[in-house]
Amino acid sequence: MANLDIVKPENLVYTKTKVLTDNVMHYCPGCGHGTAHRIIAEVIDEMGIQDKTIGVSPVGCSVLAYNYFDVDFQEAAHGRAPAVATAIKRLNPDCFVFTYQGDGDLAAIGTAETLHAANRGENITMVFINNGIYGMTGGQMAPTTLVGMKSATTPYGRRVDLNGYPLRITELLATLPGTYYVTRQSVHTPGNVRKAKAAIRKAFENQKLNKGLSFVEICSSCNSGWKMTPVQANKWMEENMFPNYPLGDIKVDGKLCENITAERLVLDHPLTVVNK
Amino acid sequence: MAFKGQIVIDTEHCKGCGVCIEACPMQCIEISKNVNSKGYNYTHTVNDKCIGCASCAMVCPDGVISVYKVKC
Ligand SMILES: Cc1ncc(C[n+]2csc(CCOP(=O)(O)OP(=O)(O)O)c2C)c(N)n1
Ligand code: SF4
Ligand code: SF4
Ligand code: SF4
Ligand SMILES: [Mg+2]
Repeated sequence: MANLDIVKPENLVYTKTKVLTDNVMHYCPGCGHGTAHRIIAEVIDEMGIQDKTIGVSPVGCSVLAYNYFDVDFQEAAHGRAPAVATAIKRLNPDCFVFTYQGDGDLAAIGTAETLHAANRGENITMVFINNGIYGMTGGQMAPTTLVGMKSATTPYGRRVDLNGYPLRITELLATLPGTYYVTRQSVHTPGNVRKAKAAIRKAFENQKLNKGLSFVEICSSCNSGWKMTPVQANKWMEENMFPNYPLGDIKVDGKLCENITAERLVLDHPLTVVNK
Repeated sequence: MAFKGQIVIDTEHCKGCGVCIEACPMQCIEISKNVNSKGYNYTHTVNDKCIGCASCAMVCPDGVISVYKVKC
């Protein structure tokens, strides 16, 4: 029941890029981290910059990212990746330098490093995996956890009066003059994967221009932390995460996009979700 | 122009997450009854309707799908 006669090297149209190692990723089945890794590696491959790319990995589920990319990598202390990337880029201006961080790493413990690297207009690429939770440590509330969303530390759902508002750090960074490109993408459908890859390509190409920081948020699911199957988690993300974290470009070539009104930037009434 | 395709899944490294099944427009993929050495029910193809669109491979977090395609 298969077209096995087609399986010949000359007919191969897609296979895993050699910029990823053959190490088996430790991520849970269906986790968006793997897909995000793959498209970054494909961009590095397609740009032919494998020997000129240096990644900085975070603390969080993607702490071992350096095991999967066949490029030079530096592990940073929790939240400090943008500071480490700043030094690497300033000392190696011809290299392509990127950070890869979760929402706990980038938007909680590392908020200062994130804001100041962006505000200094460092010529680096930051990839931000927002899954609304601390995945690695067992699903505690993150700054990005939605109002009403249950987590290990908000078992009855996040409350604004107690826990504050979901932090939309991507919108916040877009208002800083130091950011040159700011976008939010996802990797849960084939179309979204292609768009996210184009965004990562742009964010890497921008380093040739030396005009500031490029920031790609990938709104992603953490099916283990959310306690859903991978397919359910992707549906839940569409229904609940995207209204709070709308997909699309926010700032391109140093200018806020036309559809990014003050209302869209602020979204001062975060939508409440109820999960299970 | 029509295309005929075939995917090859590295079943030993598939984690059976099922996101490829959702992505396939031709319903070519299902979860197997069998497991690999890690205990995951891997996926396999169940018909010859594949058009080589690579949608399954785009969403596979573990990059275990290779896609072959010819014009017909
Ligand atoms: C200094 C320090 N504080 C706290 C921790 C515990 N810790 C490990 S990962 C993590 C948060 C990870 O969440 P996130 O960045 O969202 O990554 P995810 O696992 O969700 O991808 C925390 C708080 C730590 N390792 N070091
Ligand atoms: S805990 Fe969540 S973020 Fe971490 S690997 Fe599992 S699904 Fe991915
Ligand atoms: S997406 Fe990949 S890992 Fe998940 S079931 Fe399909 S082939 Fe297996
Ligand atoms: S290549 Fe397209 S048609 Fe073929 S199995 Fe994958 S998603 Fe289905
Ligand atoms: Mg997280």
